Amino acid sequence: MTLKLGIPSKGRLMSKTADWFGAKGLDFTVDEGRAYTASLGFDGVEPVLLSAGEIPRELAAGRIHLGVTGMDVVREKIPGWEMQVRELAPLGFGQAVLVIAVPDFWADVDTLHDLDAAAAAFRAVHGHRLRIATKYHRLVREFLRTKGVADYQLVDSQGATEGTVRNLTAEAVADITSTGETLRANHLRILSDGVILKSEAMLYKARNADWTGETRGILERLAGQLGLAL
Amino acid sequence: MVETAETRAAAARLLTRFEALGAERVEAAILQPAGPLLDLYGEDIRARAYVTQDPLRGEVMLRPDFTVPVVEMHLARGNGAARYTYAGEIFRKQEEETGRPSEYLQVGYEHFGGADEPAADAEVFAAFHGILAPLGLKPATGDIGLLTAAIRGLSTTEARKGALLRHLWRPRRFRALVERYRAWRPATALHGSPDSPEIGLRSRAEVEARLAALATDAKEPPLSGMEAEVLDTLLRLKETAPVVLSQIRDIAVDFPAVAPAADMFSARLDALARAGIDVDTLPFEASYGRTTLEYYDGFVFGFYAEGRPDLPPVATGGRYDALTGVIGGGAAVPAVGGVIRPGLLGELGVAP
Repeated sequence: MTLKLGIPSKGRLMSKTADWFGAKGLDFTVDEGRAYTASLGFDGVEPVLLSAGEIPRELAAGRIHLGVTGMDVVREKIPGWEMQVRELAPLGFGQAVLVIAVPDFWADVDTLHDLDAAAAAFRAVHGHRLRIATKYHRLVREFLRTKGVADYQLVDSQGATEGTVRNLTAEAVADITSTGETLRANHLRILSDGVILKSEAMLYKARNADWTGETRGILERLAGQLGLAL
Repeated sequence: MVETAETRAAAARLLTRFEALGAERVEAAILQPAGPLLDLYGEDIRARAYVTQDPLRGEVMLRPDFTVPVVEMHLARGNGAARYTYAGEIFRKQEEETGRPSEYLQVGYEHFGGADEPAADAEVFAAFHGILAPLGLKPATGDIGLLTAAIRGLSTTEARKGALLRHLWRPRRFRALVERYRAWRPATALHGSPDSPEIGLRSRAEVEARLAALATDAKEPPLSGMEAEVLDTLLRLKETAPVVLSQIRDIAVDFPAVAPAADMFSARLDALARAGIDVDTLPFEASYGRTTLEYYDGFVFGFYAEGRPDLPPVATGGRYDALTGVIGGGAAVPAVGGVIRPGLLGELGVAP
Protein backbone atom coordinates (compact mmCIF):
# COMPACT_ATOMS: atom_id res chain seq x y z
CA MET A 1 0.00 0.00 0.00
CA THR A 2 1.45 3.32 -1.05
CA LEU A 3 0.33 6.87 -0.42
CA LYS A 4 -0.62 8.44 -3.75
CA LEU A 5 0.36 12.06 -4.24
CA GLY A 6 -1.14 13.90 -7.24
CA ILE A 7 1.31 16.30 -8.87
CA PRO A 8 0.58 18.63 -11.82
CA SER A 9 2.00 16.93 -14.87
CA LYS A 10 3.54 19.88 -16.67
CA GLY A 11 4.64 23.46 -16.78
CA ARG A 12 5.54 25.92 -14.08
CA LEU A 13 3.19 24.31 -11.59
CA MET A 14 5.13 21.04 -11.83
CA SER A 15 8.59 22.62 -11.65
CA LYS A 16 7.58 24.87 -8.72
CA THR A 17 6.13 21.85 -6.93
CA ALA A 18 9.43 20.04 -7.47
CA ASP A 19 11.26 23.08 -6.07
CA TRP A 20 9.00 23.13 -3.00
CA PHE A 21 9.64 19.47 -2.22
CA GLY A 22 13.33 20.01 -3.03
CA ALA A 23 13.53 22.77 -0.40
CA LYS A 24 12.21 20.22 2.11
CA GLY A 25 14.92 17.75 1.18
CA LEU A 26 12.87 15.57 -1.17
CA ASP A 27 14.09 14.94 -4.69
CA PHE A 28 11.12 14.91 -7.04
CA THR A 29 12.12 13.49 -10.42
CA VAL A 30 10.26 12.51 -13.57
CA ASP A 31 11.47 9.50 -15.48
CA GLU A 32 12.29 10.95 -18.91
CA GLY A 33 12.40 7.51 -20.54
CA ARG A 34 8.98 6.35 -19.47
CA ALA A 35 6.68 9.37 -19.55
CA TYR A 36 4.38 10.06 -16.59
CA THR A 37 6.16 8.10 -13.97
CA ALA A 38 7.84 9.98 -11.19
CA SER A 39 9.52 9.50 -7.86
CA LEU A 40 9.74 11.58 -4.70
CA GLY A 41 12.53 9.60 -3.13
CA PHE A 42 10.40 9.05 -0.01
CA ASP A 43 9.55 5.54 1.08
CA GLY A 44 5.85 4.70 0.62
CA VAL A 45 4.92 7.82 -1.40
CA GLU A 46 4.00 7.32 -5.04
CA PRO A 47 3.71 10.52 -7.08
CA VAL A 48 0.95 10.40 -9.70
CA LEU A 49 1.24 12.89 -12.57
CA LEU A 50 -2.11 14.41 -13.44
CA SER A 51 -3.37 17.50 -15.18
CA ALA A 52 -3.86 20.22 -12.52
CA GLY A 53 -7.50 20.46 -13.56
CA GLU A 54 -8.09 16.75 -12.87
CA ILE A 55 -6.50 16.71 -9.43
CA PRO A 56 -9.63 18.10 -7.66
CA ARG A 57 -11.78 15.31 -9.11
CA GLU A 58 -9.24 12.64 -8.10
CA LEU A 59 -9.01 14.12 -4.59
CA ALA A 60 -12.79 14.26 -4.18
CA ALA A 61 -13.11 10.66 -5.34
CA GLY A 62 -10.34 9.62 -2.95
CA ARG A 63 -8.33 7.95 -5.72
CA ILE A 64 -5.28 9.89 -4.53
CA HIS A 65 -4.43 10.58 -0.87
CA LEU A 66 -2.75 13.94 -1.38
CA GLY A 67 -2.61 16.36 -4.26
CA VAL A 68 -1.10 19.66 -5.31
CA THR A 69 -3.32 22.05 -7.23
CA GLY A 70 -4.73 25.57 -7.17
CA MET A 71 -7.29 26.66 -4.57
CA ASP A 72 -9.35 28.15 -7.41
CA VAL A 73 -9.89 24.83 -9.23
CA VAL A 74 -10.64 22.95 -5.99
CA ARG A 75 -13.30 25.44 -4.92
CA GLU A 76 -14.74 25.64 -8.42
CA LYS A 77 -14.88 21.93 -9.13
CA ILE A 78 -15.68 20.28 -5.79
CA PRO A 79 -19.16 21.02 -4.40
CA GLY A 80 -18.88 21.36 -0.63
CA TRP A 81 -15.10 21.18 -0.96
CA GLU A 82 -14.45 21.47 2.78
CA MET A 83 -16.20 18.16 3.31
CA GLN A 84 -14.10 16.43 0.64
CA VAL A 85 -10.58 17.80 1.09
CA ARG A 86 -8.44 19.50 3.72
CA GLU A 87 -5.93 22.25 3.02
CA LEU A 88 -2.61 21.00 4.42
CA ALA A 89 -0.14 23.68 3.30
CA PRO A 90 -0.09 26.69 1.01
CA LEU A 91 2.90 26.30 -1.27
CA GLY A 92 3.75 29.97 -1.86
CA PHE A 93 3.49 29.96 -5.65
CA GLY A 94 0.82 30.01 -8.33
CA GLN A 95 -0.69 33.11 -6.74
CA ALA A 96 -3.66 34.41 -8.65
CA VAL A 97 -6.76 36.37 -7.83
CA LEU A 98 -10.21 35.68 -9.23
CA VAL A 99 -11.78 39.07 -9.86
CA ILE A 100 -14.73 40.73 -11.54
CA ALA A 101 -13.68 43.36 -14.07
CA VAL A 102 -15.65 45.78 -16.22
CA PRO A 103 -14.70 48.10 -19.09
CA ASP A 104 -12.57 50.93 -17.70
CA PHE A 105 -14.72 53.54 -19.45
CA TRP A 106 -17.69 52.59 -17.24
CA ALA A 107 -17.15 55.72 -15.16
CA ASP A 108 -20.32 54.97 -13.16
CA VAL A 109 -19.26 51.53 -11.95
CA ASP A 110 -16.84 50.99 -9.06
CA THR A 111 -18.55 48.45 -6.77
CA LEU A 112 -20.85 45.44 -6.92
CA HIS A 113 -23.68 47.79 -6.01
CA ASP A 114 -22.94 49.75 -9.19
CA LEU A 115 -22.66 46.55 -11.23
CA ASP A 116 -26.06 45.41 -9.98
CA ALA A 117 -27.68 48.76 -10.79
CA ALA A 118 -25.98 48.84 -14.20
CA ALA A 119 -27.20 45.28 -14.87
CA ALA A 120 -30.82 46.26 -14.13
CA ALA A 121 -30.58 49.25 -16.48
CA PHE A 122 -28.78 47.16 -19.12
CA ARG A 123 -31.51 44.53 -19.08
CA ALA A 124 -34.18 47.21 -19.55
CA VAL A 125 -32.31 48.66 -22.57
CA HIS A 126 -31.08 45.47 -24.27
CA GLY A 127 -33.75 42.95 -23.30
CA HIS A 128 -31.29 40.42 -21.91
CA ARG A 129 -29.30 40.07 -18.73
CA LEU A 130 -25.81 41.55 -18.49
CA ARG A 131 -23.32 38.87 -19.52
CA ILE A 132 -20.27 38.01 -17.44
CA ALA A 133 -17.75 35.74 -19.18
CA THR A 134 -15.95 33.22 -16.97
CA LYS A 135 -14.84 29.66 -16.57
CA TYR A 136 -15.41 29.79 -12.78
CA HIS A 137 -19.17 29.40 -12.85
CA ARG A 138 -19.75 28.10 -9.34
CA LEU A 139 -17.42 30.55 -7.58
CA VAL A 140 -18.76 33.57 -9.44
CA ARG A 141 -22.40 32.59 -9.01
CA GLU A 142 -22.02 31.94 -5.27
CA PHE A 143 -20.16 35.22 -4.82
CA LEU A 144 -22.77 37.25 -6.68
CA ARG A 145 -25.62 35.50 -4.89
CA THR A 146 -24.07 36.25 -1.49
CA LYS A 147 -23.59 39.86 -2.50
CA GLY A 148 -27.16 40.14 -3.83
CA VAL A 149 -26.33 40.98 -7.44
CA ALA A 150 -29.14 40.20 -9.91
CA ASP A 151 -29.92 40.51 -13.63
CA TYR A 152 -26.65 39.04 -14.82
CA GLN A 153 -25.91 35.85 -16.71
CA LEU A 154 -22.74 33.83 -16.88
CA VAL A 155 -21.41 32.93 -20.31
CA ASP A 156 -18.78 30.26 -20.58
CA SER A 157 -15.29 31.29 -21.62
CA GLN A 158 -12.50 28.75 -21.35
CA GLY A 159 -9.76 31.03 -22.62
CA ALA A 160 -8.94 34.58 -23.78
CA THR A 161 -11.71 35.77 -21.47
CA GLU A 162 -10.34 39.35 -21.50
CA GLY A 163 -11.24 39.60 -25.17
CA THR A 164 -14.93 38.75 -24.77
CA VAL A 165 -16.05 42.33 -24.05
CA ARG A 166 -14.38 43.73 -27.14
CA ASN A 167 -15.81 40.83 -29.15
CA LEU A 168 -19.31 41.68 -27.87
CA THR A 169 -19.88 38.23 -26.36
CA ALA A 170 -19.92 39.60 -22.78
CA GLU A 171 -20.24 42.92 -20.97
CA ALA A 172 -17.94 42.05 -18.06
CA VAL A 173 -15.54 39.27 -17.08
CA ALA A 174 -14.69 37.19 -14.01
CA ASP A 175 -11.19 35.88 -14.49
CA ILE A 176 -7.94 34.93 -12.81
CA THR A 177 -5.25 37.56 -12.81
CA SER A 178 -1.88 37.84 -11.11
CA THR A 179 -0.81 41.43 -11.82
CA GLY A 180 -3.91 42.77 -13.55
CA GLU A 181 -1.73 43.68 -16.54
CA THR A 182 -3.70 41.66 -19.11
CA LEU A 183 -6.96 43.12 -17.86
CA ARG A 184 -5.54 46.67 -18.13
CA ALA A 185 -4.21 45.98 -21.61
CA ASN A 186 -7.75 45.01 -22.58
CA HIS A 187 -9.15 48.22 -21.05
CA LEU A 188 -10.79 46.37 -18.18
CA ARG A 189 -10.83 47.51 -14.54
CA ILE A 190 -11.27 45.39 -11.40
CA LEU A 191 -14.22 46.38 -9.19
CA SER A 192 -13.05 47.80 -5.86
CA ASP A 193 -14.97 45.04 -4.02
CA GLY A 194 -14.69 42.54 -6.88
CA VAL A 195 -12.14 40.10 -5.45
CA ILE A 196 -13.82 36.68 -5.33
CA LEU A 197 -10.88 34.55 -4.24
CA LYS A 198 -7.16 34.89 -3.57
CA SER A 199 -5.74 31.62 -4.76
CA GLU A 200 -2.39 29.87 -4.67
CA ALA A 201 -1.06 26.36 -5.11
CA MET A 202 -2.00 24.20 -2.12
CA LEU A 203 -1.20 20.73 -0.83
CA TYR A 204 -4.52 18.97 -0.18
CA LYS A 205 -5.46 15.86 1.75
CA ALA A 206 -8.36 13.81 0.40
CA ARG A 207 -10.81 13.03 3.21
CA ASN A 208 -12.37 10.14 1.24
CA ALA A 209 -9.14 8.35 0.37
CA ASP A 210 -8.33 4.91 1.69
CA TRP A 211 -6.79 5.94 5.03
CA THR A 212 -5.49 2.76 6.60
CA GLY A 213 -3.05 2.42 9.46
CA GLU A 214 -0.33 2.09 6.85
CA THR A 215 -1.17 5.15 4.72
CA ARG A 216 -1.77 7.18 7.88
CA GLY A 217 1.69 6.17 9.07
CA ILE A 218 3.26 7.22 5.78
CA LEU A 219 1.44 10.56 5.96
CA GLU A 220 2.72 11.17 9.50
CA ARG A 221 6.31 10.46 8.43
CA LEU A 222 5.89 12.67 5.35
CA ALA A 223 4.39 15.48 7.43
CA GLY A 224 7.39 15.22 9.74
CA GLN A 225 9.78 15.53 6.80
CA LEU A 226 7.82 18.49 5.37
CA GLY A 227 7.38 20.18 8.74
CA LEU A 228 3.58 20.17 8.52
CA ALA A 229 1.09 20.00 11.35
CA LEU A 230 -1.65 17.45 10.61
CA MET B 1 -33.86 8.73 -4.70
CA VAL B 2 -36.65 6.56 -6.02
CA GLU B 3 -40.16 7.35 -4.86
CA THR B 4 -41.86 4.49 -3.08
CA ALA B 5 -45.18 3.00 -4.10
CA GLU B 6 -46.62 4.54 -0.92
CA THR B 7 -45.52 8.00 -2.02
CA ARG B 8 -47.02 7.53 -5.48
CA ALA B 9 -50.26 6.32 -3.91
CA ALA B 10 -50.28 9.36 -1.58
CA ALA B 11 -49.73 11.64 -4.60
CA ALA B 12 -52.64 9.99 -6.41
CA ARG B 13 -54.90 10.48 -3.38
CA LEU B 14 -53.89 14.14 -3.12
CA LEU B 15 -54.75 14.65 -6.81
CA THR B 16 -58.17 13.16 -6.18
CA ARG B 17 -58.70 15.51 -3.24
CA PHE B 18 -57.86 18.55 -5.36
CA GLU B 19 -60.03 17.27 -8.21
CA ALA B 20 -62.89 16.99 -5.73
CA LEU B 21 -62.42 20.73 -5.09
CA GLY B 22 -63.14 21.36 -8.78
CA ALA B 23 -59.60 21.34 -10.13
CA GLU B 24 -58.86 20.05 -13.62
CA ARG B 25 -55.92 17.67 -13.78
CA VAL B 26 -53.10 18.88 -16.05
CA GLU B 27 -49.64 17.70 -17.10
CA ALA B 28 -46.36 19.45 -17.90
CA ALA B 29 -43.31 18.27 -19.83
CA ILE B 30 -40.28 17.23 -17.79
CA LEU B 31 -37.91 18.91 -20.25
CA GLN B 32 -38.60 22.63 -20.05
CA PRO B 33 -36.92 25.31 -22.20
CA ALA B 34 -34.27 26.93 -20.00
CA GLY B 35 -34.66 30.48 -21.30
CA PRO B 36 -37.91 31.52 -19.58
CA LEU B 37 -36.84 29.95 -16.28
CA LEU B 38 -33.45 31.70 -16.38
CA ASP B 39 -35.08 35.02 -17.24
CA LEU B 40 -37.46 34.66 -14.31
CA TYR B 41 -35.21 33.32 -11.61
CA GLY B 42 -31.85 34.61 -12.79
CA GLU B 43 -28.55 32.80 -12.81
CA ASP B 44 -29.08 31.37 -9.32
CA ILE B 45 -31.45 28.75 -10.72
CA ARG B 46 -28.48 27.12 -12.46
CA ALA B 47 -27.24 26.12 -9.03
CA ARG B 48 -30.56 24.43 -8.35
CA ALA B 49 -31.78 23.10 -11.71
CA TYR B 50 -30.35 20.43 -13.99
CA VAL B 51 -29.49 22.11 -17.26
CA THR B 52 -28.83 20.03 -20.32
CA GLN B 53 -28.40 20.55 -24.01
CA ASP B 54 -30.97 19.60 -26.62
CA PRO B 55 -29.57 19.45 -30.17
CA LEU B 56 -32.58 21.26 -31.63
CA ARG B 57 -34.09 23.27 -28.76
CA GLY B 58 -30.87 24.47 -27.15
CA GLU B 59 -30.65 24.64 -23.36
CA VAL B 60 -33.35 22.73 -21.52
CA MET B 61 -33.96 22.10 -17.82
CA LEU B 62 -35.36 19.14 -15.99
CA ARG B 63 -38.59 20.66 -14.62
CA PRO B 64 -37.57 22.58 -11.45
CA ASP B 65 -41.19 23.51 -10.72
CA PHE B 66 -44.65 23.33 -12.27
CA THR B 67 -45.66 26.94 -11.83
CA VAL B 68 -44.13 28.30 -15.03
CA PRO B 69 -45.48 25.60 -17.40
CA VAL B 70 -48.92 25.69 -15.74
CA VAL B 71 -49.11 29.49 -16.07
CA GLU B 72 -48.03 29.22 -19.73
CA MET B 73 -50.69 26.62 -20.37
CA HIS B 74 -53.36 28.69 -18.66
CA LEU B 75 -52.45 31.83 -20.61
CA ALA B 76 -52.35 29.92 -23.91
CA ARG B 77 -55.90 28.74 -23.28
CA GLY B 78 -57.00 32.34 -22.82
CA ASN B 79 -57.64 33.66 -19.49
CA GLY B 80 -60.84 32.61 -17.73
CA ALA B 81 -61.20 31.48 -14.18
CA ALA B 82 -59.75 28.00 -13.65
CA ARG B 83 -58.47 25.60 -11.04
CA TYR B 84 -55.76 23.08 -11.91
CA THR B 85 -54.08 20.21 -10.14
CA TYR B 86 -51.01 18.21 -11.15
CA ALA B 87 -48.55 15.67 -9.82
CA GLY B 88 -45.09 14.76 -10.97
CA GLU B 89 -41.38 14.75 -10.32
CA ILE B 90 -39.44 17.93 -9.92
CA PHE B 91 -35.66 18.09 -9.98
CA ARG B 92 -33.49 20.25 -7.73
CA LYS B 93 -29.72 19.97 -7.62
CA GLN B 94 -28.23 19.82 -4.14
CA GLU B 95 -24.81 21.44 -4.34
CA GLU B 96 -24.01 20.73 -0.72
CA GLU B 97 -24.50 17.38 0.98
CA THR B 98 -27.83 18.08 2.69
CA GLY B 99 -29.24 14.60 2.59
CA ARG B 100 -32.27 16.01 0.79
CA PRO B 101 -33.44 14.32 -2.41
CA SER B 102 -32.71 16.00 -5.72
CA GLU B 103 -35.71 14.34 -7.39
CA TYR B 104 -39.08 14.19 -5.69
CA LEU B 105 -42.82 14.17 -6.30
CA GLN B 106 -44.82 17.34 -5.99
CA VAL B 107 -48.60 17.69 -6.07
CA GLY B 108 -49.97 21.13 -6.77
CA TYR B 109 -53.17 23.13 -6.88
CA GLU B 110 -53.41 26.47 -8.70
CA HIS B 111 -56.33 28.88 -8.80
CA PHE B 112 -56.48 31.46 -11.63
CA GLY B 113 -58.75 34.38 -12.30
CA GLY B 114 -60.36 34.73 -8.87
CA ALA B 115 -61.53 38.35 -8.94
CA ASP B 116 -62.12 38.38 -5.17
CA GLU B 117 -58.50 38.25 -3.96
CA PRO B 118 -59.09 37.58 -0.23
CA ALA B 119 -61.64 34.89 -1.07
CA ALA B 120 -59.25 33.15 -3.48
CA ASP B 121 -56.37 33.33 -0.96
CA ALA B 122 -58.62 31.84 1.70
CA GLU B 123 -59.97 29.14 -0.61
CA VAL B 124 -56.49 27.91 -1.52
CA PHE B 125 -55.16 28.08 2.04
CA ALA B 126 -58.24 26.27 3.34
CA ALA B 127 -57.83 23.56 0.68
CA PHE B 128 -54.29 22.79 1.87
CA HIS B 129 -55.25 23.20 5.51
CA GLY B 130 -58.12 20.74 5.13
CA ILE B 131 -56.13 18.12 3.27
CA LEU B 132 -53.17 18.32 5.66
CA ALA B 133 -55.31 18.57 8.82
CA PRO B 134 -54.68 14.95 9.98
CA LEU B 135 -50.92 15.62 10.05
CA GLY B 136 -51.05 18.25 12.80
CA LEU B 137 -48.67 20.53 10.92
CA LYS B 138 -47.82 24.07 11.95
CA PRO B 139 -48.96 26.69 9.45
CA ALA B 140 -46.95 29.78 8.56
CA THR B 141 -48.32 32.81 6.74
CA GLY B 142 -46.98 36.09 5.43
CA ASP B 143 -47.84 38.81 2.96
CA ILE B 144 -45.35 40.12 0.43
CA GLY B 145 -48.01 42.63 -0.65
CA LEU B 146 -47.75 44.37 2.71
CA LEU B 147 -44.03 44.95 2.15
CA THR B 148 -44.43 46.13 -1.44
CA ALA B 149 -47.23 48.50 -0.36
CA ALA B 150 -44.94 49.99 2.27
CA ILE B 151 -42.11 50.44 -0.26
CA ARG B 152 -44.43 52.02 -2.83
CA GLY B 153 -45.67 54.39 -0.12
CA LEU B 154 -42.23 55.75 0.81
CA SER B 155 -41.82 59.47 0.17
CA THR B 156 -38.82 58.98 -2.10
CA THR B 157 -38.11 58.66 -5.80
CA GLU B 158 -39.55 56.00 -8.09
CA ALA B 159 -35.98 54.92 -8.89
CA ARG B 160 -35.25 54.17 -5.22
CA LYS B 161 -38.58 52.42 -4.75
CA GLY B 162 -37.89 50.37 -7.88
CA ALA B 163 -34.49 49.30 -6.55
CA LEU B 164 -35.97 48.32 -3.17
CA LEU B 165 -38.78 46.36 -4.82
CA ARG B 166 -36.29 44.60 -7.07
CA HIS B 167 -34.24 43.46 -4.08
CA LEU B 168 -37.07 42.68 -1.68
CA TRP B 169 -36.08 38.99 -1.95
CA ARG B 170 -32.39 39.61 -1.19
CA PRO B 171 -32.41 40.71 2.46
CA ARG B 172 -28.72 41.71 2.58
CA ARG B 173 -28.82 43.91 -0.48
CA PHE B 174 -32.21 45.30 0.60
CA ARG B 175 -30.74 46.36 3.94
CA ALA B 176 -27.70 47.87 2.20
CA LEU B 177 -30.01 49.87 -0.07
CA VAL B 178 -32.06 51.18 2.86
CA GLU B 179 -28.85 52.26 4.62
CA ARG B 180 -27.62 53.86 1.42
CA TYR B 181 -30.81 55.88 0.98
CA ARG B 182 -30.83 56.93 4.64
CA ALA B 183 -27.36 58.40 4.51
CA TRP B 184 -26.47 61.67 2.91
CA ARG B 185 -23.90 61.05 0.22
CA PRO B 186 -21.92 63.30 -2.07
CA ALA B 187 -22.30 63.03 -5.83
CA THR B 188 -20.49 59.98 -7.13
CA ALA B 189 -16.92 60.34 -8.29
CA LEU B 190 -16.01 59.23 -11.79
CA HIS B 191 -14.14 55.96 -12.02
CA GLY B 192 -11.59 54.79 -14.59
CA SER B 193 -9.68 56.84 -17.08
CA PRO B 194 -11.54 59.32 -19.31
CA ASP B 195 -9.26 58.19 -22.17
CA SER B 196 -10.33 54.55 -22.05
CA PRO B 197 -12.00 53.36 -25.25
CA GLU B 198 -15.66 52.46 -25.43
CA ILE B 199 -15.78 48.66 -25.68
CA GLY B 200 -18.63 46.18 -25.47
CA LEU B 201 -22.38 46.36 -25.84
CA ARG B 202 -23.02 48.72 -22.91
CA SER B 203 -22.56 52.09 -24.58
CA ARG B 204 -21.11 55.36 -23.36
CA ALA B 205 -24.63 56.77 -23.59
CA GLU B 206 -25.77 54.16 -21.03
CA VAL B 207 -22.87 55.11 -18.76
CA GLU B 208 -23.81 58.80 -19.09
CA ALA B 209 -27.45 57.98 -18.39
CA ARG B 210 -26.59 56.22 -15.14
CA LEU B 211 -24.21 59.02 -14.11
CA ALA B 212 -27.06 61.46 -14.66
CA ALA B 213 -29.37 59.26 -12.60
CA LEU B 214 -26.77 59.13 -9.81
CA ALA B 215 -26.40 62.92 -9.91
CA THR B 216 -30.16 63.32 -9.67
CA ASP B 217 -30.32 60.84 -6.81
CA ALA B 218 -27.56 62.68 -4.92
CA LYS B 219 -29.77 65.78 -4.84
CA GLU B 220 -32.63 63.84 -3.28
CA PRO B 221 -33.16 64.10 0.45
CA PRO B 222 -32.26 60.96 2.36
CA LEU B 223 -34.97 58.48 3.27
CA SER B 224 -36.56 59.71 6.49
CA GLY B 225 -35.64 57.94 9.69
CA MET B 226 -39.34 57.45 10.41
CA GLU B 227 -39.94 55.64 7.12
CA ALA B 228 -36.81 53.49 7.44
CA GLU B 229 -38.05 52.50 10.90
CA VAL B 230 -41.47 51.65 9.49
CA LEU B 231 -39.81 49.27 7.03
CA ASP B 232 -37.80 47.75 9.86
CA THR B 233 -40.84 47.37 12.10
CA LEU B 234 -42.90 45.83 9.32
CA LEU B 235 -40.19 43.32 8.47
CA ARG B 236 -39.98 42.23 12.11
CA LEU B 237 -43.73 41.69 12.63
CA LYS B 238 -44.25 38.17 13.92
CA GLU B 239 -47.29 37.24 16.00
CA THR B 240 -50.71 35.72 15.54
CA ALA B 241 -52.51 37.23 12.55
CA PRO B 242 -55.04 39.37 14.52
CA VAL B 243 -52.24 40.87 16.67
CA VAL B 244 -50.21 41.69 13.56
CA LEU B 245 -53.29 43.26 11.98
CA SER B 246 -53.71 45.63 14.92
CA GLN B 247 -49.99 46.45 14.77
CA ILE B 248 -50.31 47.30 11.06
CA ARG B 249 -53.31 49.50 11.89
CA ASP B 250 -51.10 51.32 14.42
CA ILE B 251 -48.37 51.80 11.80
CA ALA B 252 -50.97 53.08 9.32
CA VAL B 253 -51.76 56.01 11.63
CA ASP B 254 -48.37 57.58 10.86
CA PHE B 255 -47.82 55.83 7.53
CA PRO B 256 -51.17 55.67 5.71
CA ALA B 257 -49.65 53.93 2.67
CA VAL B 258 -50.07 50.57 4.40
CA ALA B 259 -53.77 51.18 5.17
CA PRO B 260 -55.03 49.47 1.98
CA ALA B 261 -52.76 46.50 2.70
CA ALA B 262 -54.19 46.36 6.21
CA ASP B 263 -57.72 46.36 4.74
CA MET B 264 -56.74 43.51 2.42
CA PHE B 265 -55.20 41.67 5.37
CA SER B 266 -58.39 42.14 7.36
CA ALA B 267 -60.60 40.98 4.47
CA ARG B 268 -58.39 37.90 4.06
CA LEU B 269 -58.71 37.03 7.76
CA ASP B 270 -62.49 37.35 7.46
CA ALA B 271 -62.48 35.09 4.39
CA LEU B 272 -60.24 32.58 6.17
CA ALA B 273 -62.57 32.57 9.17
CA ARG B 274 -65.53 31.97 6.84
CA ALA B 275 -63.58 29.06 5.33
CA GLY B 276 -63.35 27.52 8.77
CA ILE B 277 -59.79 28.53 9.72
CA ASP B 278 -59.11 29.48 13.33
CA VAL B 279 -57.50 32.85 12.55
CA ASP B 280 -57.00 33.78 16.22
CA THR B 281 -54.16 31.29 16.49
CA LEU B 282 -52.89 31.59 12.89
CA PRO B 283 -49.21 32.62 12.94
CA PHE B 284 -48.12 35.51 10.73
CA GLU B 285 -44.55 36.55 9.94
CA ALA B 286 -44.01 39.56 7.68
CA SER B 287 -40.66 38.29 6.42
CA TYR B 288 -42.04 34.85 5.57
CA GLY B 289 -41.47 34.00 1.92
CA ARG B 290 -38.91 36.75 1.49
CA THR B 291 -35.84 34.65 0.88
CA THR B 292 -36.72 31.68 -1.25
CA LEU B 293 -40.06 32.13 -2.94
CA GLU B 294 -39.06 34.89 -5.26
CA TYR B 295 -42.12 35.01 -7.46
CA TYR B 296 -44.77 35.45 -4.78
CA ASP B 297 -46.14 38.97 -4.46
CA GLY B 298 -49.07 38.70 -2.04
CA PHE B 299 -50.28 36.19 0.54
CA VAL B 300 -47.76 33.39 1.21
CA PHE B 301 -48.09 30.26 3.33
CA GLY B 302 -46.38 27.06 4.35
CA PHE B 303 -47.02 24.00 6.51
CA TYR B 304 -44.23 22.59 8.68
CA ALA B 305 -43.75 19.51 10.81
CA GLU B 306 -43.08 20.79 14.33
CA GLY B 307 -40.04 19.27 15.96
CA ARG B 308 -38.60 18.30 12.57
CA PRO B 309 -36.40 21.26 11.57
CA ASP B 310 -34.43 18.81 9.39
CA LEU B 311 -37.38 18.51 7.01
CA PRO B 312 -38.32 21.09 4.39
CA PRO B 313 -41.89 22.42 4.55
CA VAL B 314 -44.49 19.78 3.67
CA ALA B 315 -46.42 22.38 1.67
CA THR B 316 -45.82 25.93 0.45
CA GLY B 317 -47.81 28.35 -1.63
CA GLY B 318 -48.90 31.88 -2.29
CA ARG B 319 -50.13 34.52 -4.68
CA TYR B 320 -48.14 35.29 -7.83
CA ASP B 321 -50.20 37.65 -9.99
CA ALA B 322 -47.15 39.56 -11.24
CA LEU B 323 -45.46 36.39 -12.48
CA THR B 324 -48.34 35.74 -14.86
CA GLY B 325 -47.81 39.21 -16.35
CA VAL B 326 -44.08 38.58 -16.76
CA ILE B 327 -44.62 35.17 -18.39
CA GLY B 328 -47.44 36.34 -20.63
CA GLY B 329 -45.86 39.66 -21.46
CA GLY B 330 -49.20 41.32 -20.78
CA ALA B 331 -51.59 42.14 -17.98
CA ALA B 332 -51.32 40.11 -14.79
CA VAL B 333 -53.96 37.48 -14.02
CA PRO B 334 -54.99 36.77 -10.41
CA ALA B 335 -53.14 33.57 -9.48
CA VAL B 336 -52.69 31.76 -6.19
CA GLY B 337 -51.67 28.19 -5.52
CA GLY B 338 -49.41 25.81 -3.69
CA VAL B 339 -47.63 22.46 -3.66
CA ILE B 340 -47.35 19.46 -1.34
CA ARG B 341 -44.41 17.04 -1.16
CA PRO B 342 -46.07 13.65 -0.69
CA GLY B 343 -42.66 12.06 -0.05
CA LEU B 344 -42.54 13.81 3.31
CA LEU B 345 -45.80 12.30 4.42
CA GLY B 346 -44.16 8.89 4.68
CA GLU B 347 -41.32 10.44 6.72
CA LEU B 348 -43.93 11.77 9.13
CA GLY B 349 -45.54 8.36 9.30
CA VAL B 350 -48.94 9.43 8.04
CA ALA B 351 -51.08 8.96 4.97
CA PRO B 352 -53.62 11.70 4.33
